Amino acid sequence: MLKVTNLHAGIAGREILRGIDLSIDAGQVHAIMGPNGSGKSTLARVLAGHPEYVVTAGEVVFDGQDLLSMDPESRARAGVFMAFQYPVEIPGVNNAYFLKAALNALRAHRGEEPLDAMDFMVLVRDRMKQLGMDETLLNRPVNEGFSGGEKKRNEIFQMAVLEPRLAILDETDSGLDIDALKVVANGVNAMRRPDRASLLVTHYQRLLDYVVPDVVHVLADGRIVRSGGKELALELEEKGYGWLPAYAEASARPANAPDARGRG
Amino acid sequence: MATTFDWGAAEWERAQQRGGGGALARMREDAWGRFVSRGFPTTRDEEWRFTGVGPIAEGAFALAPPLSSGDGVDDHRVPDVAAELVFVNGRYVPALSRIDALPQAVRIGSLASSMTITPDVVTRHLSRIAPSESQPFVALNTAFLHDGAFIELPAGAIVERPIHLLFLTTPQVRLKADTPTVMTHPRVLVILGANSQASIVETYAGPPGTDYFTNTVAEIVVGDNAVLSHVKLQYEGADAFHVGATHVHVQRSGTYVSNAINLGGGLARNDIAVVLRGEGVDCTLNGLYCADADRLVDNHTTIDHANPHCGSREIYKGILADRARGVFNGKIIVRPDAQKTDAKQTNRALLLSEDARINTKPQLEIFANDVKCTHGAAVGQLDEEALFYVRSRGLSDVDARHLLIRAFASDVVNRVPIDAVRSSVEGRLYRQLSRILPSAA
Repeated sequence: MLKVTNLHAGIAGREILRGIDLSIDAGQVHAIMGPNGSGKSTLARVLAGHPEYVVTAGEVVFDGQDLLSMDPESRARAGVFMAFQYPVEIPGVNNAYFLKAALNALRAHRGEEPLDAMDFMVLVRDRMKQLGMDETLLNRPVNEGFSGGEKKRNEIFQMAVLEPRLAILDETDSGLDIDALKVVANGVNAMRRPDRASLLVTHYQRLLDYVVPDVVHVLADGRIVRSGGKELALELEEKGYGWLPAYAEASARPANAPDARGRG
Repeated sequence: MATTFDWGAAEWERAQQRGGGGALARMREDAWGRFVSRGFPTTRDEEWRFTGVGPIAEGAFALAPPLSSGDGVDDHRVPDVAAELVFVNGRYVPALSRIDALPQAVRIGSLASSMTITPDVVTRHLSRIAPSESQPFVALNTAFLHDGAFIELPAGAIVERPIHLLFLTTPQVRLKADTPTVMTHPRVLVILGANSQASIVETYAGPPGTDYFTNTVAEIVVGDNAVLSHVKLQYEGADAFHVGATHVHVQRSGTYVSNAINLGGGLARNDIAVVLRGEGVDCTLNGLYCADADRLVDNHTTIDHANPHCGSREIYKGILADRARGVFNGKIIVRPDAQKTDAKQTNRALLLSEDARINTKPQLEIFANDVKCTHGAAVGQLDEEALFYVRSRGLSDVDARHLLIRAFASDVVNRVPIDAVRSSVEGRLYRQLSRILPSAA
């Protein structure tokens, strides 16, 4: 479904990804782990098409299409969804209105009729129930005044309604209490179908207690340095990242340097 | 310093033939004298620093001919009103207007006829609230004063449904290039007695493609404990000149809420000046403007806290595209006696192009010591991260920009009272945005 080959990318003239190779098949859940500054979030944002990042080499093929040549909305319409690490607040736009506009944009792309308000509410209520979410979230402005956990839940809720073929979760599990973490896990597990795939970018092994990945990758200094089964996550939990050859170099950078700003 | 005004004198002489003698004739003559000696403002005047009115001063305008019908009246009607007064080319047209049964002693009608029927009532207030002395365009309006709207609510009268004043300019086709285009000088006088309540909507509209000139003045008195909701919709044609001044006196415990929507005009200047003349007054000024191409929108507001325990809230938002220019000047005066004043002002502008410009100036003049006054001004572009967020959910770049701009405007739009009026503002703003943002995704 997704094939990343020798991907090099960076921001503001600084290279962050230095040759990523990654292949995800339909039906699979992959986890990408790694220390701060390793390039995890950059990979997620490059795949979603963030305009600030510049791809300098490599290729990404999604369902036979050249993903890198597509603008962000075309990627979304092709079925790529990224849950943001820091979801954006949009005061003045009702959450339900926004989601309906997004869903109908995707439906229009597939040549389907737009959902009317009634059908939309039926779908939305079903997904909220499935995720155990509070309905009052619907009538608030997008992410405005949401707690950190509410924002992450809202991302998962959007994912559940938009039903992407490839879901990329950019540290959606960070900073969550156990209830919210379970919502995220439920959302990902509900996505688990033979025709869909997920890429979980995570800093902590905890999410993987609830979502069992097919493949775990370790990212360090812009490269995948190890890949393995779910047991690799447990090993990382136990040993940390200290054994990574690149880690010593990465951790030697001052913590407040711009490149250590949690872009991951 | 006086600017060229060759066309004015002849037109003024001609205007005097339209009648209305006695006190009114003297008022016009005084105002004309004041205007001539002072002339049009220039950019050397502090109040007009960023807005050159050369195109008006050097233009040649003739008084708009009276017409009994107007193009597009129906486009601007407000449903379910207590009264709708329609003015075409500055003159009241009874056949297009309607006035429903009103509570006793409520007066709503044209200023011209009110000056004939009840001259003493009108002249008691007329030209007492808007200062001709310091404001050249007010003087010019008074010099040409002939018609407009007169609304008077006696003490305790409640008119719940809106009163709509529609001022439509329908310039005649210009046969020759040197035929002057038209001007109107409508005047609105609103007197709310103690404990009364009204909701007034003013609409100014006209066709694009002609550089007509509207110079309007509204004088408003909100009596003790009275409540006025006031909406001004400036929907003039994109090439028109619109200069408007709204002067308001609010008495003890009165409430004045203004929604000033400026979506039209090639050069639009709006002054709102509110004097809080008693304790416990509550004043709210909401404003929204949007301009593209080479258009200019200038908003000047003054809230004069002359008494203690008054509150004022002001929020102005502007959207500027292409080479459009915006001016915002928000003056808040807190006089020495006005202790416990609570004043808050916010103005924000969204610039959609590199060539769009805004000159924004909050101006707080505080002479009392126990007050709470805050102001915030922000100018910016659309947030790139928000744009990416919306696009990453499948909305096109253009749709995402639409969404975010509408969101920016929403807190002012949502405050507009009367559902039909709010829908009209939304519709007009969205159509304007569709023109500004390229339709191709």
